[in-house]
Amino acid sequence: MAENGTNGHGYVGTRTIRPDGVDKVTGRARFGADFNLPGQLIGRVLRSPHPHARIVAIDTSKAEALPGVKAVITRDDFADQPSEFIPAGEMMMNYKDVVRNVLAREKALYEGHAVAAVAATSAAIARRALKLIDVTYEVLPHVIDVVEAMRPGAPLLHDDLFTAGVEPKPDKPSNIAKRVEITLGDVDAGFAKADVIVEREFKTAPVHQGYIEPHAALATVSEDGTAELWCCTQGHYIVRAHCARLLGLDIAKIRVTASEIGGGFGGKTVVYLEPLALALSRKAKRPVKMVMSREEVFKASGPTSGATVRVKMGATKDGKFVAGFAELKYQAGAFQGSPVQPGVMCAYAPYDMENVKVIGYDVVSNRPKVAAYRAPGAPISEFAVESVVDEIAKKLGLDPIELRMMNAAREGTKAAYGPKFGPIGLEETLNSIKKTEHWNTPLRKWQGRGVASGFWFNIGGETCVSLTVNEDGTVSLMAGTPDIGGLRASLAAVAADELGVEYDKVRPIIGDTGSLGFNFLTGGSRSAFSGSMAIVEAAKQIKADCCARACKLWDLKPEQVAWERGRVRPIGDAADKAKPMSIADFAKVAGKTGGPIVGYGRLNAQGAGPSLGTHLVDLEVDPETGRVTILRYTVAQDAGKALHPAYVEGQFQGGAVQGIGWALNEEYVYGDDGKLQNAGFLDYRMPVASDVPMIDAILVEVANPKHPYGVRGVGETPIVPPLGAIANAMENATGIRFTELPMSPPKVLKALREKGVTAK
Amino acid sequence: MRYEAPETVERASALLADSAGEARILAGGTDLLVQMRSDIVDPALIVDIKRIAETRWITEEPGGGWRIGAAVTGAELKEHARLKQVWPGVVEAANLIGSTQVQGRATLGGNLCNGSPAADSVPALIAAGAVATLAGPQGRRDLPVEDVMLGPRKLALGKGEFVVSFGLPPRPPRSSDAYLRFIPRTEMDIAVVGAGVSLTVDASGTITEARVSLGAVAPRVLLVREAAAAIVGSRLDRVAQDRLEAAARAACTPIDDKRGTVEFRIQIAGVLARRTALIALDRARTQ
Repeated sequence: MAENGTNGHGYVGTRTIRPDGVDKVTGRARFGADFNLPGQLIGRVLRSPHPHARIVAIDTSKAEALPGVKAVITRDDFADQPSEFIPAGEMMMNYKDVVRNVLAREKALYEGHAVAAVAATSAAIARRALKLIDVTYEVLPHVIDVVEAMRPGAPLLHDDLFTAGVEPKPDKPSNIAKRVEITLGDVDAGFAKADVIVEREFKTAPVHQGYIEPHAALATVSEDGTAELWCCTQGHYIVRAHCARLLGLDIAKIRVTASEIGGGFGGKTVVYLEPLALALSRKAKRPVKMVMSREEVFKASGPTSGATVRVKMGATKDGKFVAGFAELKYQAGAFQGSPVQPGVMCAYAPYDMENVKVIGYDVVSNRPKVAAYRAPGAPISEFAVESVVDEIAKKLGLDPIELRMMNAAREGTKAAYGPKFGPIGLEETLNSIKKTEHWNTPLRKWQGRGVASGFWFNIGGETCVSLTVNEDGTVSLMAGTPDIGGLRASLAAVAADELGVEYDKVRPIIGDTGSLGFNFLTGGSRSAFSGSMAIVEAAKQIKADCCARACKLWDLKPEQVAWERGRVRPIGDAADKAKPMSIADFAKVAGKTGGPIVGYGRLNAQGAGPSLGTHLVDLEVDPETGRVTILRYTVAQDAGKALHPAYVEGQFQGGAVQGIGWALNEEYVYGDDGKLQNAGFLDYRMPVASDVPMIDAILVEVANPKHPYGVRGVGETPIVPPLGAIANAMENATGIRFTELPMSPPKVLKALREKGVTAK
Repeated sequence: MRYEAPETVERASALLADSAGEARILAGGTDLLVQMRSDIVDPALIVDIKRIAETRWITEEPGGGWRIGAAVTGAELKEHARLKQVWPGVVEAANLIGSTQVQGRATLGGNLCNGSPAADSVPALIAAGAVATLAGPQGRRDLPVEDVMLGPRKLALGKGEFVVSFGLPPRPPRSSDAYLRFIPRTEMDIAVVGAGVSLTVDASGTITEARVSLGAVAPRVLLVREAAAAIVGSRLDRVAQDRLEAAARAACTPIDDKRGTVEFRIQIAGVLARRTALIALDRARTQ
């Protein structure tokens, strides 16, 4: 029972019923747009119709004069912020940019950039008011493509942006915000030893996180300056921090409640509407509700970078990788901060290689500022590398799984980005895939099979939870990281096991920012990893407290009392002195033994173990139309320990589906006018349920020694391998190496016809 | 904005004719309401035609023809076993629109009058030889469906005129129809190319009559007579298939857009015309 730290019923690792499930399937669950307050106003945003324009003047007088309009805000309602980079999870952020993204200041930098906002007594009045705001634009030339944006003479977005990371410091501004590089060994020497070298250039399209729930916020600011905010976010403490900074409020004066979330995938780690709703409410002295339309979500939130990637790999004739070079150019959108750094670090991370050099560029252009998206940056660089790995396997006549196995990173491997890995599970995932019936099933003509592996770091971070033993012995569990993938079920199982209570006697909720100490956001696959560590801490306090109470009740010494098998028990020579007591027993006597029984777990979680995975896909190409059907899909990934296997499998499946969309059809389509043409789910082609087969999930569990249950984060790795796996399957089906995503039907058909690969 | 739900054709037509501002007809609303929410249209008057009984009927006429109300939904068509047997292509086309939920609202009349060259039910109706019955201040008139739409969002309807119902002709023995569209996904999408084929075969399996219609390859849905001529008199052998593909492609004047390139659409139009004709032929032979 004590194995893995469990000492109760053993709910961890079982498929317990999700505590949030009933409300979600009955429609009771409250998402971002479901909150309302008496007297609330409706807020709307005026957005730039131009991809790049100087804002000469904004005249709001006519809008303000419209009956029913209670507040109008513009750049003048927010103080400017100094340029200062601060870590924001897996990405960096700068408040100078945040304040400009929230409401444009000197320039509108992309179509859809917020320029002003109104609050009115109805949506119709708010909409009319937007039309009455008179913005004088001086339209500027724009640049959308990353390679064009890097060219000298390209339209310049920021005249104070000088490329960081190059010596000497450039004397002219450019759209290249940053150059990063990692080096291990000597790639030139490595290539000299190679018998085979493959070099390819790849291009990927920007893709949106595609959460079904649009951004929504309800804010109310009181006359005394205290504020309350309800919104859908992956991190309400982060929202609080950003809003306090942008509005000049004390953190203690803002209370943020996170709603249920209809998907985030990294895209809800930043603020868009929240500071606007607060500023409007402060001005109007009424609650203000704001909800984005789908078009606004596409034009002004997310996405992740599109990129151009060059990869060159060398291997000996028996398959040992001897050198890997890559150059990554990532779109950041209108402000710097693409995930090129993690893209650089992850590119070769799955492999044990002595010589690696990866260079990355962070490039701004007239597109919405990118936001984190599930393993930010990694799917792009690893897609390119996994495609080249497949080509090396083909050139050498080696099995692609065997080749990966031969080069797999394992415990003790030094990663090019720095650390030496602890125990990791890539080989186990490759082995699991190799043993599947799927891998060993024959294919027909026009069908192809592809395999690819993927890596993501995972993080820990600041986390705070509480466990409260109620009067009837039930337990209230409070966490401060929004539950986006099964956190409540996972933490409730851990708490039940730790405290020896039944799973349904633990009620988990996500507390507001006033209820717990600071919690970093849900991201980096951290919330179940860190949260369960904090629960163990909180439970430990309760157990120690109960032991102390038992000593008093039983008149025994501390060494005569211990927590064993879910109870406080007299031990040793005192073993028969008293009846063991459960948490419920202590609840009954809490008042008499010192008052409420509460545990508080707080830590900055360290030791997040990387999670590696391998995906296997079968697909079929229609040679007459270029349409691709995914026939079969298997994911094997190292979860360390799956606290709730069904939720972990769900993460594997969801990541795979998002990767399928990225590989096959999703892309932002811009016209020559710099405007986004497909700002809706009709033409932004995410897969629908009927597009994908049931995704088989294989749980690999190589325990993370730094976690009491062996847990690793699992949420992000699953989106890394699909792009490469599908490209490799396409090559297998058609003999054509596709290097540009998405592999949409027009592109596939064109390639088939050019190569003379047709049905007839 | 004014909302009216008249119960007679005459009243509806009068409301439309007398409206000073922009007037829109509401049937299923699956296009109109979305366009209103997206700020694309802002009508002063909405005339809901669903309370007009004849817009809601499906009737098999004594001579074997059919009359389908303009506000009949895709789901209602699908549940009509007899209609589905006689006009499977029309029914399957209407049931490719949107999702299952949307099909519970979306109507044939709305799909046509939305004026999109990519409307799924329109090529099927044109291939079927459907005639739209219009009502207006000057009374009623019939117009072949291929003549209703003039271009994107442009209809051949006069002020106050609206589509009341569609007429489908009697079916000779050994006749059937089919509709296929190309989308990159499996549903919830809009046709990159659509193809409707209706045909009749004789006892030997030779095609005696055919109509071929293509959607999303020109500013309006096309009736491609050359494509029909390419297969009439054949048993749709390989040579006839190639002629059909060539004729279909020759009729296309598509644009490059977010949904597909010119080259792609032309290529696919041929493939779809052939595949659709083969399905229709198979259905006609087993009728």
